[in-house]
Amino acid sequence: MNKILEKEFITPLVFRMRVEAPEIAKKRKAGQFIILRTCDAGERIPLTIADANAEEGWIELVVQVVGKTTKQLSTLEPGQEICDLAGPLGKPTHIELFGTVVIVGGGIGIAPSHPIAQAMKKAGNQVISILGGRTKDLIIMEDKMRKTSDRVIITTDDGSYGMKGLVTDAIQKLVNEGVKIDLVVAIGPPVMMKFVSLLTKKYDIATLVSLNTIMVDGTGMCGACRVTVGDATKFVCVDGPEFDGHKVDFDEMMKRLRAYESDEKTSREMHESKHDCQYK
Amino acid sequence: MEAKKLTTKERLQIPPVTMPQQDHRERIHNVNEVPIGYTAEMAATEAQRCLQCKNAPCIRGCPVEIDIPAFIGAILEGKYRESINKIKETNILPAVCGRVCPQEEQCQKTCVVGKSHKDVALAVQIGKLERYAADWEMEQGEAEVPVIKASTGKRVAVVGSGPAGLTVAADTRRAGHDVTIFEALHKPGGVLIYGIPEFRLPKRIVMREVKNLQKMGVTLRTNYVVGKLSTIDELFDEGFDAVFVATGAGLPLFMHIPGENLNGVYSANEYLTRANLMQAYSFPNTDTPIARAKNVAVFGGGNVAMDSARTALRLGAENVYLVYRRSKKEMPARVEEVEHAEEEGVQMLLLQNPMRLIGDQNGWVKEVECIKMELGEPDESGRRRPVAIKGSEFRIQADVVIVAIGNASNPLVPTTTPDIAVNKWGNIIAAEETLKTSKKGVFAGGDIVLGAATVILAMGQGRKAAQAINEYLATLVW
Repeated sequence: MNKILEKEFITPLVFRMRVEAPEIAKKRKAGQFIILRTCDAGERIPLTIADANAEEGWIELVVQVVGKTTKQLSTLEPGQEICDLAGPLGKPTHIELFGTVVIVGGGIGIAPSHPIAQAMKKAGNQVISILGGRTKDLIIMEDKMRKTSDRVIITTDDGSYGMKGLVTDAIQKLVNEGVKIDLVVAIGPPVMMKFVSLLTKKYDIATLVSLNTIMVDGTGMCGACRVTVGDATKFVCVDGPEFDGHKVDFDEMMKRLRAYESDEKTSREMHESKHDCQYK
Repeated sequence: MEAKKLTTKERLQIPPVTMPQQDHRERIHNVNEVPIGYTAEMAATEAQRCLQCKNAPCIRGCPVEIDIPAFIGAILEGKYRESINKIKETNILPAVCGRVCPQEEQCQKTCVVGKSHKDVALAVQIGKLERYAADWEMEQGEAEVPVIKASTGKRVAVVGSGPAGLTVAADTRRAGHDVTIFEALHKPGGVLIYGIPEFRLPKRIVMREVKNLQKMGVTLRTNYVVGKLSTIDELFDEGFDAVFVATGAGLPLFMHIPGENLNGVYSANEYLTRANLMQAYSFPNTDTPIARAKNVAVFGGGNVAMDSARTALRLGAENVYLVYRRSKKEMPARVEEVEHAEEEGVQMLLLQNPMRLIGDQNGWVKEVECIKMELGEPDESGRRRPVAIKGSEFRIQADVVIVAIGNASNPLVPTTTPDIAVNKWGNIIAAEETLKTSKKGVFAGGDIVLGAATVILAMGQGRKAAQAINEYLATLVW
């Protein structure tokens, strides 16, 4: 089960992995994620479904190597199996004809924004995609995003590709051009989503963000993924992963994401020195 | 072994046989089982205490009505196989129930021996004897596969592999139906695997029971979230004829006090799932971390609170405070769990209630501000309502806080199956004797119906539901 069909690094730290998962491929909708474990001693981590094909029976994950589990996952080869994989989890993105939708993907966030861009386009929206990264080599999936968007703006911090600046600069550019934006969907590092939301709030533009918190079960049973949205506590795994960006307490969310920083370092260092995990 | 014929008077004079257990100073450094189990001699002595009452009120005290005098009588005669077979006629998880049932509220409460001594602690130790018979059977090696009736061609979907689901799977499979269990997590057992700690219920027992089911021909699908991957209607479309919903009380309740989202604040579900299911005890040899702190505060007074507190000790805490707003008398936890917790050094802060959590600049919890309580008039549960004493606020140091104040029903299946009626607390409404829900072909049982309850009550409902499912599948009349 969960056999790896393809694996390819698209930047030094980001890899694309196609996994055989016919039932999930048939059922999943844009915005949903899966939870997996790479081995029997492994932790459970959430990863967005970046793409899927129901007829061919596969899902695709686009993953950035950050800690032990993503590192271990990156070393698996086609033919090997992923120990455990469950999904599709989370509420699908609400897709309808909004008008003009601006999809903002920051770094690895471009991957989960791709299926949403596809679904928004299919529903008849005008799709403008902003892809942001630190430098040219870290802008991923440009071709796929161009295929599904009416317009693509690329921003790089160092100006090595596209316009020099942050994704917020690109949004400001659209506003300055007089583009009537009906909805912004922003996915990327929490600090990026925070500043996108602060900017769009100034112009009263509806904004959805897709949150990526620590999770354990992913079915609403434990509360590890809880965030403050407005004056309520929500669970990202069952109430989200998308929420109104103007209401999310990003500062609290960023603090909670660092809860296991030193343990994560320990795991990484141990794995690097041992490479001892058993794969199926 | 020849059973010595004692008089009733002589039997009543035998004190209860103490269960040997790990020393409290050693056991907080390991997760091995605390009560070690009776020897054959101990079991025989304890079995002699049973008066073999004709009307046996103990049977009525048991939620699944095990024939208690019969299984105890068999132990006394050394007929252990007969004893375990008698238990298994009504209880398929005796190794579990012998360990986790609140016997002092059930069979041992109605026991005539306890009543004649006017002390439930002096009742026949029925639970310990059940465990003895169950453990004996496990030591014999592979369990016998029970007789399965001829295949009926009907298919049953069991959603959830906790005690209720496992019971229904066994009883409907025995009737010859094709049974598939769908489990959302990567390991089966439900609360038996993620909630109850290793030192109370060794996981090898749960895995063995699940393997027995698989040997009977039950199919187990893990990592399958019903309500997400398939809805209940889709299960019927796929060819299942009946569905049993046993998804449990998997919705943690928080107190909604300031600071509850600080780092280091866990729901008991999360804390125990990390420790038990994800084996965070062994981090970094396993990958899931858990915060280990010197000072830990646990809010609550039930079994889950005790489990959380004792787990914290085993993770190296120096001070574990159990903060409970009522007094010890009102605590819903099993008496043995409270005793074990106290022996191990859990400090009970009774008649105290948390007001808010205070954190540091990194967002980690540092202190709990509490207020003292006194007991007023009883509320709807019959327990005296706690009332805050104005001006009595104080603070305790805690770097980890575990909120163990209860769980509600997991909403995943009810919210994705709108034609299953639920009550105002989100529990599925099920008929008392048949466990039928408002949706044709769908039955439900366990915590999803009862609210957070016990393993044995879940099994009792599973038993009734299986019977009703078997009847329904025979006629397809709803």
